[in-house]
Amino acid sequence: MTTYQEFIQQNEDRDGVRFSWNLWPSSRLEATRLVVPVSCLFTPLKERPNLPPVQYEPVLCSRANCKAVLNPLCQVDFRAKIWACNFCFQRNPFPPSYAGISDVNQPAELMPQFSTIEYIVQRGPAAPLIFLYVVDTCLEEEDLQALKESLQMSLSLLPPNALVGLITFGRMVQVHELSCEGIAKSYVFRGTKDLTAKQIQEMLGLTKPAVAGQQGRPLAPQDAAATCKFLQPVHRVDMNLTDLLGELQRDPWPVPQGKRPLRSTGVALSVAVGLLEGTFPNTGARVMLFIGGPPTQGPGMVVGDELKTPIRSWHDIQKDNARHLKKATKYYEALANRSATNGHSIDIYACALDQTGLLEMKCLSNLTGGHIVMGDSFNTSLFKQTFQRVFSKDYNGDFRMAFGGVLEVKTSRELKVCGAIGPCVSLNSKSPCVSENELGIGGTSQWKVCGLNPSTTLGIYFEVVNQHNAPVPQGGRGAVQFVTQYQHSNTQRRIRVTTIARNWADAQSQIQHIESSFDQEAAAVLMARLGVFRAESEEGPDVLRWLDRQLIRLFMFHLRRSPFLQVFNNSPDESSYYRHHFVRQDLTQSLIMIQPILYSYSFHGPPEPVLLDSSSILPDRILLMDTFFQLVIYHGETIAQWRKAGYQEMAEYENFKQLLQAPLDDAQEILQTRFPMPRYIDTEHGGSQARFLLSKVNPSQTHNNLYAWGQETGAPILTDDVSLQVFMDHLKKLAVSSSA
Amino acid sequence: MNVNQHTPMASPYGQPQPGYGQPGYAPLDGSYPAPYAPYNGPASAYQPGAPPQGPARGPPTSGPPPVSAPQQYNQYSQSQGSMQNGPPPPTQAPPRPAVSQPYNQGAMNLSGPHPSYPQHYGPPSTMQQVTNQMTGMQITSGPPTAAGPGYAPPHSSQPPVSTGYSAAAQASYTQAPPPVSSAPTQPPPPSGPAAPQQYYSGPPPSSQQPFNSSLPPTSQQQQQFTSSVTPQPPPQQTLPPSSYSGPVPPQSQPPVPPVSQAQQSFPTPQPPFSSAPPPVSQSSFATGPPPSAQGSFPPQGPPPSSQPGSFPPPGPPLTSAPFSQYPGPMPPQQQPPPSQPSPYHSGQHPPRPQMPPTSMAQSNHLPPGPQGPPGPPGPLQQPPSQPGMQTGYPPQQNGAFGQVRGPQPGYSAPYPGQPNYGAPAPAPPAQKRLDPDAIPSPIQVIEDDKAKTTEPFTTGVRGQAPPLVTTNFQVQDQGNASPRFIRCTAYNMPCTADMAKQSQVPLAAVIKPLATLPPDEPPPLVVDHGESGPIRCNRCKAYMCPYMQFIEGGRRFQCGFCSCVTEVPPHYFQHLDHTGKRVDCYDRAELSLGSYEFLATVDYCKNNKLPQPPAFIFLIDVSYNAVKSGMVNIVCQELKTLLDCLPRENPEAESAVRVGFVTYNKVLHFYNVKSSLAQPQMMVVSDVSDMFVPLLDGFLVNVNESRQVIESLLDQIPEMFADTRETETVFGPVIQAGLEALKAADCAGKLFVFHTSLPIAEAPGKLKNREDKKLIGTDKEKSLFQPQVGFYSSLAKECVAQGCCVDLFLFPNQYVDVATLGVVPVSTGGSVYKYTYFQAQSDQERFLNDLRRDVQKLVGFDAVMRVRTSTGIRATDFFGSFYMSNTTDVELAGLDCDKAITVEFKHDDKLSEETGALMQCAVLYTSCSGQRRLRIHNMAVNCCSQLADLYRNCETDTIINYFSKYAFRGILSNPTKAVRETLVNQCAQILACYRKNCASPSSAGQLILPECMKLLPVYLNCVLKSDVLLPGADVSLDDRAYLRQLISCMDVAETHVFFYPRLLPVMKLESGSLPVAVRDSEERLSKGGVYLLETGLHLFLWVGASVQQELLLNIFGTPSFSQIDSNMTSLPVLDNPISQALRELIYSFRAQRSRYMKLMVVKQEDRAELIFRHFLVEDKSASGGASYVDFLCHMHKEIRQLLS
Repeated sequence: MTTYQEFIQQNEDRDGVRFSWNLWPSSRLEATRLVVPVSCLFTPLKERPNLPPVQYEPVLCSRANCKAVLNPLCQVDFRAKIWACNFCFQRNPFPPSYAGISDVNQPAELMPQFSTIEYIVQRGPAAPLIFLYVVDTCLEEEDLQALKESLQMSLSLLPPNALVGLITFGRMVQVHELSCEGIAKSYVFRGTKDLTAKQIQEMLGLTKPAVAGQQGRPLAPQDAAATCKFLQPVHRVDMNLTDLLGELQRDPWPVPQGKRPLRSTGVALSVAVGLLEGTFPNTGARVMLFIGGPPTQGPGMVVGDELKTPIRSWHDIQKDNARHLKKATKYYEALANRSATNGHSIDIYACALDQTGLLEMKCLSNLTGGHIVMGDSFNTSLFKQTFQRVFSKDYNGDFRMAFGGVLEVKTSRELKVCGAIGPCVSLNSKSPCVSENELGIGGTSQWKVCGLNPSTTLGIYFEVVNQHNAPVPQGGRGAVQFVTQYQHSNTQRRIRVTTIARNWADAQSQIQHIESSFDQEAAAVLMARLGVFRAESEEGPDVLRWLDRQLIRLFMFHLRRSPFLQVFNNSPDESSYYRHHFVRQDLTQSLIMIQPILYSYSFHGPPEPVLLDSSSILPDRILLMDTFFQLVIYHGETIAQWRKAGYQEMAEYENFKQLLQAPLDDAQEILQTRFPMPRYIDTEHGGSQARFLLSKVNPSQTHNNLYAWGQETGAPILTDDVSLQVFMDHLKKLAVSSSA
Repeated sequence: MNVNQHTPMASPYGQPQPGYGQPGYAPLDGSYPAPYAPYNGPASAYQPGAPPQGPARGPPTSGPPPVSAPQQYNQYSQSQGSMQNGPPPPTQAPPRPAVSQPYNQGAMNLSGPHPSYPQHYGPPSTMQQVTNQMTGMQITSGPPTAAGPGYAPPHSSQPPVSTGYSAAAQASYTQAPPPVSSAPTQPPPPSGPAAPQQYYSGPPPSSQQPFNSSLPPTSQQQQQFTSSVTPQPPPQQTLPPSSYSGPVPPQSQPPVPPVSQAQQSFPTPQPPFSSAPPPVSQSSFATGPPPSAQGSFPPQGPPPSSQPGSFPPPGPPLTSAPFSQYPGPMPPQQQPPPSQPSPYHSGQHPPRPQMPPTSMAQSNHLPPGPQGPPGPPGPLQQPPSQPGMQTGYPPQQNGAFGQVRGPQPGYSAPYPGQPNYGAPAPAPPAQKRLDPDAIPSPIQVIEDDKAKTTEPFTTGVRGQAPPLVTTNFQVQDQGNASPRFIRCTAYNMPCTADMAKQSQVPLAAVIKPLATLPPDEPPPLVVDHGESGPIRCNRCKAYMCPYMQFIEGGRRFQCGFCSCVTEVPPHYFQHLDHTGKRVDCYDRAELSLGSYEFLATVDYCKNNKLPQPPAFIFLIDVSYNAVKSGMVNIVCQELKTLLDCLPRENPEAESAVRVGFVTYNKVLHFYNVKSSLAQPQMMVVSDVSDMFVPLLDGFLVNVNESRQVIESLLDQIPEMFADTRETETVFGPVIQAGLEALKAADCAGKLFVFHTSLPIAEAPGKLKNREDKKLIGTDKEKSLFQPQVGFYSSLAKECVAQGCCVDLFLFPNQYVDVATLGVVPVSTGGSVYKYTYFQAQSDQERFLNDLRRDVQKLVGFDAVMRVRTSTGIRATDFFGSFYMSNTTDVELAGLDCDKAITVEFKHDDKLSEETGALMQCAVLYTSCSGQRRLRIHNMAVNCCSQLADLYRNCETDTIINYFSKYAFRGILSNPTKAVRETLVNQCAQILACYRKNCASPSSAGQLILPECMKLLPVYLNCVLKSDVLLPGADVSLDDRAYLRQLISCMDVAETHVFFYPRLLPVMKLESGSLPVAVRDSEERLSKGGVYLLETGLHLFLWVGASVQQELLLNIFGTPSFSQIDSNMTSLPVLDNPISQALRELIYSFRAQRSRYMKLMVVKQEDRAELIFRHFLVEDKSASGGASYVDFLCHMHKEIRQLLS
């Protein structure tokens, strides 16, 4: 065995799993003392180019409340054709198709390198992917035009058999019929009325087939698909829809002076959810919501249409001054839950200069695994490219998206699952391995993740339940199995099974081992997720205090300052946006979010990462900062002057040109892969946009930092925030004084 | 009419007996006082009872009658006395007793009481006849039976006269009158000459004659008695003789036969009257009379003409005679008119307020007419007029009157009598029963009015009744609103509530504020009073009008309505001339005209904001039925061209009206037809439970700007729904949608809803099929006319608030619950059109014409109408298509040129004769170009303290309009039967009151009708028989509800033709002239004829079975009766004068009506003839409606009951 570092890396590469502890304390008491719970970050659909799916179904443990999947950890009696479940120890016969099994002829799932394996299930008809565009028409003409173009473009990215639908809304909500010839037809709903799913379906005429069915002509799902006028295969309505989008007008209702346009986002979503619910329940579908402002009427209203009433801020929320907040949140949560139940995910693409109500609507995406993208305008490359990236494809030419995922966690007896944090909802499955203590979304061993992509990562928290007086036998291993069922973007149903095991260790005798098995990064992210999860539901200062009481490491300094926990200077929408992404990205990305990366480019050497500190800001450097959401290129004072002087244009300063180009290239590389597209900022010393950098670095030099003030060693930051140094000093004192 | 009557009356009366003549005249002229006075002097008795009848007819005939006469004479004399007494209380009282006694004696013969009655009757009858003639009263002997009793009571009831009267009355009642009347009437003509002579020769004889006449009546009366009395068969028996004598006397012997007839008829009549007997009576009546009638008819037919002829003779002599003799008396009478009200009153009063009036009334009728104050001229005029009248009227009167009573035994007799004039022969036939020709003929009345109206009608004279609606005339606005805008039931309103109550004549006005004027009459001028708005009275807010009296040199004006004095604003100041008029009086419409418009200021606008131009929204049902019937296609095709014809005020300019389109079945489809679109866009709204408008910009568009998109839409709608299988529809949400659209656009407008079926889809306003024929005739029947759900009423309220008028076009194949669906249209001033079993081919033309007219017609929106009246009366009730949120403001979301509103007035104080009664109807509305305006109509009518004046100056057509609306609304809350009874009762009371108070005393057996109301029974019968009040088995509930709503906004002309359809013989058509209509009875149809019948809703061409081939060829292009296609809806275009003229005629008919009438060709004996017969309203109807004759008898009975 190699170092833990390598072990961790290997595990991550193979299974997409990173545990906070790679040796598990063997009793509940010891585990509690470790502060950071046994937990892991799990990326269910981690891209595994070298893992071809097997074309058969998994073999399950026959015990009703176990149903674990046959895995390499199981003991197998090849002769008796019997295998023992390593979770419940049930002995199971192999199914007839495994008759030829032997020592030398083992199925893939028994091979150790297939601790993660993917099955293709041939059950039920293949359902097409569904994309339902829900478009706000209360946009500026330019924005709307850009959005229309993006949408038209997206049609070409969709597989021909995918179903598309279009709902537009402003003061009213229009569901466009796509199959009709001649006159463009749409069904209209008033934007102020909360309708039940049944009403919506009736109004859309979706209940008729059922009636017909009752009359003795049962309809096959294909018929249902054919009869749904609102969702049609791309190849059939491509032209039609392109025209329709082209003719899309701005909301025709006049907006009086001093008013916001009336936006019925709530009803539009309700209709979208109701439409899918009625036509394609339990089928992979994306509702893609494009909004250019906050919902201003009807259910889900976030702010009134009076411009003189500003949209709620954190200040208002803390003062309990946000009138619509609770109601709207509740409304969207209900919608999100319905949508999640049916396996449909909801994306929100919000492009506006002001807030658009993401705080209230975030649950739509959070609970259904949808994306949230926030931008200033639909007419920016940030949106355009992000949107395009939604439809990016993997090495197989399939979309990097999956639908209707159900993640089930099974644990061996000493371990129970406390909960999960990520873009998922509980399925309320009370299996024996569910802990009574909840961390995150708990009380279940199954979660639904309606929208998945290869980077979707959940934090899963466990609890050691083994009592101190019942030691685990020496060399015993604890095991966890993750079973993820989902609909692949090529419409196949698949099941991916990951089974991992870790050794138990006695904390008293093997504390050193346990300590060395600690995965600092994973633990940081996992704890951060807990913090964010709490921040969503608790007061900010409380969360920080809680965090402070927990383990402290360097990055916590940045975490405290991050927008995930710190709402100062962030609108509620922005906070929601940041948190949304934080709880779903994989470990690397999460770390970037917590502690932005700062690269330095200079003539003094090759590009190098430097401390995220104000001392790193030097005149002769170009800095590239990646905070995940922003990508900032900062030209030092000198560099900026040179650039202004045009040296890079001169042949003799070719090297300068290359220096300037280097960060751009690196940034491009990041931009290529990042989803959503970060805000790309190219600035320089003294530039207004430099604030993005200055707000992130450790303010080691400030206006009241005497010894550094005015010196050449860096750029002072005008802030009252404490620097890392001060923070550490306090911390040390605290750690010593109250060793609790 | 009066005049005519008078003339005949006058002459005969005058001559025969001063009293008679006077009475007659008096009534006519209103010169009663004078006549009375004289009469009173000479023979008060005469005036009342015998005078009219006796003198006119009686005398002459009576001459012969003498046979019976003796006794009668005595009686008569007595009776006369009594009769007179009756009217003139003082004298009468004494005489009566005496008379009564004598009568009794006389009666003794017949029957105790009867005798007396007969006598009375006799006189009355004569009186009646006379009166009829004179006043336009109609005496029907037939009914008399009924009348007899009725009369008696009244008389008796009346203290003074009563005793005598009652007794006499009964006697005289029917029998007497009939015979007498018949005899008299008829005799008159013939006798006229003679009689006059006699009269002339000597009053005494006349008096005797009267007696004679009275005698005959008596006989009749007896008969009547029997009938009326039912109790006493003996009387009848006795009567016969008496009657014989009666008739004999009047008409000479001819009467005798009548008498016998009378007897026969009596029995029959009695039955009808009496409950049990009715059948018999009816049968006898019907059967009996018809024959007799027919028999008599021929004579009658001629009679009219002949009569005139005959009359004239009498007339002249009479006139001359009367004058000569009467000069004294007559003048007085006539003079009275001159003396006018005051004299009248005074004169009358002295005698006896009531009685005199009555007599006055009769005579007054004419007198009133007497505008000419001067005594001499008056008389002269009268006589002349009378003659003239006679010529025209005689026929009617004679015929009518004679017939009136004559119908029954008496009638026949009378007729015969008339014929007698020409030729005695008729008399005999008449015997059998009531002769239809003897009863008042609507046609005659109409034709006479036409003949009379030769000059434009000027509105300057207060209280002048305009020509009938059936007459073409020109109007000159001289300070009162044209009758095209306002027609009143009475142009002489009673001064007090008591009088009004006593008479029971409804005081109402039918107002058609935006009526279309003929091209030769200028539209109301528009007056602009500047930024401060129209000048109004400070207190009652009446608008400046000719009734405002300027005082203090013009600095202030006194309101004619409330007498409040208001400052004249400086900018409006003008000096007064020496008469107190403003110098600029004739320069300003509001000071000199009856109708004009004010420009309203922003203060008169909703929300103090000038209105937007209105919008038209077309909402088309596209469910299976609608598509299949072809309706959708037709509408869409038509709209393409129709949209160019939207209403506009300036024909040059583009219409400001915007349009929008919606189709619907269970859900609604709105269309975006914005001009910038290449294709229209459809927006489906399925949330019908909570309707809203999905778009604003692009929904209501200017036609010219969006023409291409609209045309594309209209092309595609039929295609899109060609294969629909949706059969369910909604309705409430459809109107809500339109309403919401108008709300969103912040404008008023009109919805055109094209709808096919009962809205059973789940939505607000959902209905269920509740048609239950079992309820018909029960107390629950009313529920069928009430809306099924309350939803539409509240919706209507919202619509009105927004100025959203709804026009509903229905294309039902089955029950659609018009009663409920019509709520919104009716409450918003809209119209309902119904095309049952619509089929594109046969109904397209009708539908399209209606649609075109409906879209194009001038319409005002968001209207509020307020009727202000002078102190003493106020508008208390309103009928029509509108909504009222308080008791005074009539709110109309839309008001078009075809909508009329009937307003009822009640007294809340006394009116004065000097000032009369004023009313001002102000309608605030938004014109189709979006201009806010006030249309003002002013109307002043006279006031009277004498009932006679009231009866002399009212308009039956308008009364019927009121009655029908009153009744049709009544069935919402009362059992239909009760409503019918109420109508009959009120009508009976009106006539009884007249009889009691205005008619000169005469046989109680006579039916005396005011000249102005002599058609009241026939028209009322038509109302009672209408499908709404008396449905046949094949009349659907929807039809009834539809008609009910339709009538509610009809004007007088429309109700007239609706209830009494126009039936024209078209065998000898000549281009440019209209043939004289015939009465609506099968008897009038000749097998060899072709007739055109129009009701305003239907148009029939009835073809007799034995029409000449040539005529068929000319009209249908086929010589064979059997080859006529009874499905044709338009006549073939043939190049011959007949075809041309007929098609022109049909065209002109259609042009006159607000709804297109589909032509139905009905072949005699064909099955479809049943439908046609339904409109022959003088006949018995299949649903049990009485024939005219029967109803008249019934009415007579009712009246007699009231009088007893």
